[in-house]
Amino acid sequence: MSQAASADPPAADVRVQTPAIEARSLSLFYGSFRALKDVDVAVPRREITALIGPSGCGKSTLLRVFNRMNDLVRGVRIEGSVLVDGRDIYRPDADLIALRKRVGMVFQRPNPFPISVFQNVAYGPAIHGMASNAELEEAVERNLRATGLWDDLKDRLRVPALSLPPEQQQRLCLSRLLAVEPDVLLMDEPCSTLDPIATARIEELLFELKKNYTIVIVTHNMQQAARVSSRAGFMLLGDLVEFGATEGLFTNPRDQRTQDYITGRFG
Amino acid sequence: MSRRWINRITFLFMGLTGLACATVILLVALILGHIAYHGVHHLSWEFLTTAPRAGMTEGGIFPAIFGTVFLVLLMTIAVVPLGVCTAVYLQEYAPAGSKLVHAVRLAIQNLAGVPAIVFGLFGLGFFIEFAGRSVDRLFYGGQLHFGQPAILWAALTMALLTLPTVVVATEEALRVVPRGHREAAYALGATRWQMVRYVLLPQATGGILTGTILAVSRGAGEVAPILFTGAAYYLPELPRRLNHQFMELGYHVYVMATQSPDVDATKPILYATVFVLLTLTFLLNFSAVVLRARIRRRLAEGR
Ligand SMILES: Nc1ncnc2c1ncn2[C@@H]1O[C@H](COP(=O)(O)OP(=O)(O)OP(=O)(O)O)[C@@H](O)[C@H]1O
Ligand SMILES: [Mg+2]
Repeated sequence: MSQAASADPPAADVRVQTPAIEARSLSLFYGSFRALKDVDVAVPRREITALIGPSGCGKSTLLRVFNRMNDLVRGVRIEGSVLVDGRDIYRPDADLIALRKRVGMVFQRPNPFPISVFQNVAYGPAIHGMASNAELEEAVERNLRATGLWDDLKDRLRVPALSLPPEQQQRLCLSRLLAVEPDVLLMDEPCSTLDPIATARIEELLFELKKNYTIVIVTHNMQQAARVSSRAGFMLLGDLVEFGATEGLFTNPRDQRTQDYITGRFG
Repeated sequence: MSRRWINRITFLFMGLTGLACATVILLVALILGHIAYHGVHHLSWEFLTTAPRAGMTEGGIFPAIFGTVFLVLLMTIAVVPLGVCTAVYLQEYAPAGSKLVHAVRLAIQNLAGVPAIVFGLFGLGFFIEFAGRSVDRLFYGGQLHFGQPAILWAALTMALLTLPTVVVATEEALRVVPRGHREAAYALGATRWQMVRYVLLPQATGGILTGTILAVSRGAGEVAPILFTGAAYYLPELPRRLNHQFMELGYHVYVMATQSPDVDATKPILYATVFVLLTLTFLLNFSAVVLRARIRRRLAEGR
């Protein structure tokens, strides 16, 4: 018991000093294809970090390394190391479940389960051992409020999640994720299926959430990256070409390739 | 070739294919009509609720109906868990492209192609001679209890026969669950089992149910697998235990058609029995079709 406790969440001061996520000379191979090349990155806490780059450059791949979703793909191999809260998540005795509880993910296409709104949000807490109805109800309300859905849906908690419009579905997915109380939110183009108005509202929500969460967002949309993030990385063909403060990256890029991309010369 | 010839040939083929379809429909209608015509007037409440009398020239078919339902129930209890577990393993647990998966798939495909009578012989050899005898030796000091034809063995044999149906239907149902749902569950920290139990199986219920109904309808109609494993010619009593023999509709039809002491007296009963059997299978198949259509619709709306 005491061993397990000391092995799991690191002490609070460690958490403040270390980045939320750190990759060190990380390479990833899909079979023999090298999709990430020696990536070094440190994701700061309680900030929004954006990953941009042309299609196929490895943004999703990098994001999916952080919660080991790549494990689901056959023939994936990793070199280098990835640290979450200072601990290597690919070490042999790493607890995959604990990792995914701490580092959650929102996907490109809203993917609520085909069950009710309530059940969607309650799913995470329920599988992680929350059994009492009162607790579950409380968790559902709290996390629907956190994404601004509560007022709209409080009288319709039993409607099928799939009957909601796309924006609400994506918010619901976010509520479902928040309900497992993660520290880090990985978002893979969360607005790409939404219209501009819905996108703007989700961006507002992200600002709200970054007070309590570390957010990494992949986006095709450079304006979005510029608007929401304080750190940004530009990727190209598996390389993390440049990583730094968003403003610097967009106004005064250090690398010619970044410059070319943001001025629209390719991609 | 001139345009005119092409048109003529097209017309000819359309005619031929149309004729083939019409023949099939006509044949089915003819068989059904024939059976209904000769069978319906003998149907009565009494026919459905009493036992055969006077060497099957009088009375009803209640024990056969009872036996069929009992058999099919036992079979379902055996085949659904086994089939669903197999399908879940193949789809979700087995590493893709593994030799084992390949072998199991091959085995299931072959199982589907084995003639029903071979299942009957297998049931006799494996369940009765081997499993039954072993049970007797271990628990009954060699006394004959399970080492003989019994409804349990017949049901298990039938379960083997219908296993591919359930496995294939379940696999299909699992396959259409969007990848996003699996990923979402894993990304929330679900274990594989939690993902299967709370995300996949609820969505696959409809497909599993359809497979089960098809299996039941097949099981209710097959005779060969139970020929040596438990079906009885005539029994004065209903089966009350798993090691009792039983009467069954399909087998009853076979017996009346081939062994009746008075063919003319048996004939109306025979037709009525066949009618009952057909109605049962048709209803089951029909409900499977309806169910499947409803699931398709629901999935389509969900997207
Ligand atoms: N499962 C896989 N197997 C093999 N190659 C893959 C797999 N997934 C991605 N790739 C390849 O890895 C590279 C990076 O893919 P990734 O999806 O990370 O790109 P991305 O930057 O997210 O692109 P997009 O902007 O289109 O989403 C691409 O060349 C892609 O073809
Ligand atoms: Mg991507």
